[in-house]
Amino acid sequence: MDLLLLIEQILNGLQFGVMLFLMAAGLTLIFGVMGLINLAHGSLFMIGAFAAAAVAGWTGSFLLALIASLAAAAMVGALVEITVIRRLYDREHLDQVLATFALILIFSEGTRWIFGSFPLFLDIPAWLKGTISLPGGIQYSLYRLTIIGIGLVVAVGLFLLISKTRVGMRIRAGENDREMIGALGVDISALYTLVFALGAALAGLSGALVGAIQSVEVGMGEPVLILAFVVIVIGGIGSIKGALAGAILVGLTDTLGRTLLPVIFGAFMEPSAATTVGSALASMLIYILMAGVLIFRPTGLFGRA
Amino acid sequence: MMRERHLNMIILALLVLVPAYALWADEPFTITLATRAVIFALAGVGLNLALGQGGLVSFGHAAYFGMGGYAMGILASHAQSYTPIMESPFLIEGTNSMPVIWLVAIITSALLALLIGALSLRTSGVYFIMVTLAFGQMFYYFTISWPAYGGEDGLSIYVRNQFPGLNTLDPIQFYGICFVILCLVLFLVNRLNKSPFGLALMGAHQNEERAVTVGINVNRLRLVAFVISGAITGLAGALFADLNRFVSPTMFSWQISGEIMIFIILGGVARLFGPVVGAALFILLEHVLGGLSEYWFVYLGAILLFVVLFAKGGIIGQLSKKESGHEG
Repeated sequence: MDLLLLIEQILNGLQFGVMLFLMAAGLTLIFGVMGLINLAHGSLFMIGAFAAAAVAGWTGSFLLALIASLAAAAMVGALVEITVIRRLYDREHLDQVLATFALILIFSEGTRWIFGSFPLFLDIPAWLKGTISLPGGIQYSLYRLTIIGIGLVVAVGLFLLISKTRVGMRIRAGENDREMIGALGVDISALYTLVFALGAALAGLSGALVGAIQSVEVGMGEPVLILAFVVIVIGGIGSIKGALAGAILVGLTDTLGRTLLPVIFGAFMEPSAATTVGSALASMLIYILMAGVLIFRPTGLFGRA
Repeated sequence: MMRERHLNMIILALLVLVPAYALWADEPFTITLATRAVIFALAGVGLNLALGQGGLVSFGHAAYFGMGGYAMGILASHAQSYTPIMESPFLIEGTNSMPVIWLVAIITSALLALLIGALSLRTSGVYFIMVTLAFGQMFYYFTISWPAYGGEDGLSIYVRNQFPGLNTLDPIQFYGICFVILCLVLFLVNRLNKSPFGLALMGAHQNEERAVTVGINVNRLRLVAFVISGAITGLAGALFADLNRFVSPTMFSWQISGEIMIFIILGGVARLFGPVVGAALFILLEHVLGGLSEYWFVYLGAILLFVVLFAKGGIIGQLSKKESGHEG
């Protein structure tokens, strides 16, 4: 296999990982602070993508589309938190799963109702189209590189927000002892709404960024949501650092597995069988990775025991 | 308001009367709907053992449902094309005999549940939900990318499999088979729940520390419950595949896991007949709301949300609340 192709695939894996990080970060933050498992996070991803596609269609501006995805997902997130999610914090995980599953049904069919069943398309803007030359003569898609950049900026931003700011201090305090910070006069329900909206906005942004590579359609969020769960199980729940490490690991494993496994099997099998076995195994690779982590570190790589 | 036991009798009676009426009125479609309800109920009874009695919130029971479905699909497709499944080291042939297919479906899904359960039970709480969901998704992608048995398009079986002495293509006879299986499984699960095993499982759900203190091996107990649960859902999968004479990766999709869970919630968690009522209600809603609007899932979502937020205990809980009286 070509070294240049390999590097390109590594970059693709990074881009996939960064997108998963944007999803997983919100999920893990919401779980860490509020103890809530939110299946509707995939719907927020979808809402971000649809908002971006709609705004890009009206205005033709990609930047406005990105802003719209953040705003729409954050607004829907805040609204859902206030009307439904807030009633679930003290409930069992089963109730949380079911109520947020009900939200998926409502959001998915509602979106189908408004936008129809046909996928929408979000174009990569002209100024991000084409490829860029990296050192070593590698040509790589400028847009995908931009996604990697945005993801890393968000990761650093989240890290600073949580470790250096007052809001971050409250979020950390909320993770440790929610009753105590309530007693100290922090408005907990406003804090919870804020955290939920922040997680929603990240999911929405992720949906919009990916929407320009794939098609924007109903049901696009849930496969990503389940991958984000794999990321969280691998990284350890409640840990932003774990979400980043897990996301990059899953992104690279999946992308490289799909490229390399058929080649590896090709070394000792006939080509058509190698492609079949290789791609079937590649589709299971990240779950096998997850099983491995479960065997050796059931609480995840960065999880607290 | 009535006792739960009387309510259960009424439910069983309805499961006999409705198809009997449909037969009399010559409405085979109603019989098919009832068959779907009974099969879904069976899948729900399976999950309820893990989720209701054991408190194991598995969001991946589609894995066993699909496994049962593919057990039927693979065996029957080989019987259909007269090709053996494998020749070396020993010969395995396809079959179109229902009892054999059921046995294979039960064994394969039990083995799968053993593997997934052994891994997933290393975790608990939210981790468990996410891990089971992810493992379910793994089989979805695997069946899509494995072309030997139809890949993404699935497998069609042209003739329904055989049961000695019955004409399985007659809707009411196939309904009878499914109904008898459901009754048998309900009977067995009821016995199981009242056995020392079932009581220990329930005890470990209510207070794990106490169960451990009295010397119960909680992990082994839960694994056994999980395996039985998966096997029952696998059997339902085989019947469902036979009903449609078609299997596809959709049977492994996470929506199926969610729907099986919905049956339990609509009916009532950890109640023997909860999944039966829930599945029947689901089919009824699908039929009625689906006729009203293409977007009936919006209404289903709203109903589910309402039940979770405001009507704990599901339908059976609401109808039998006063006299069961232990839950305050």
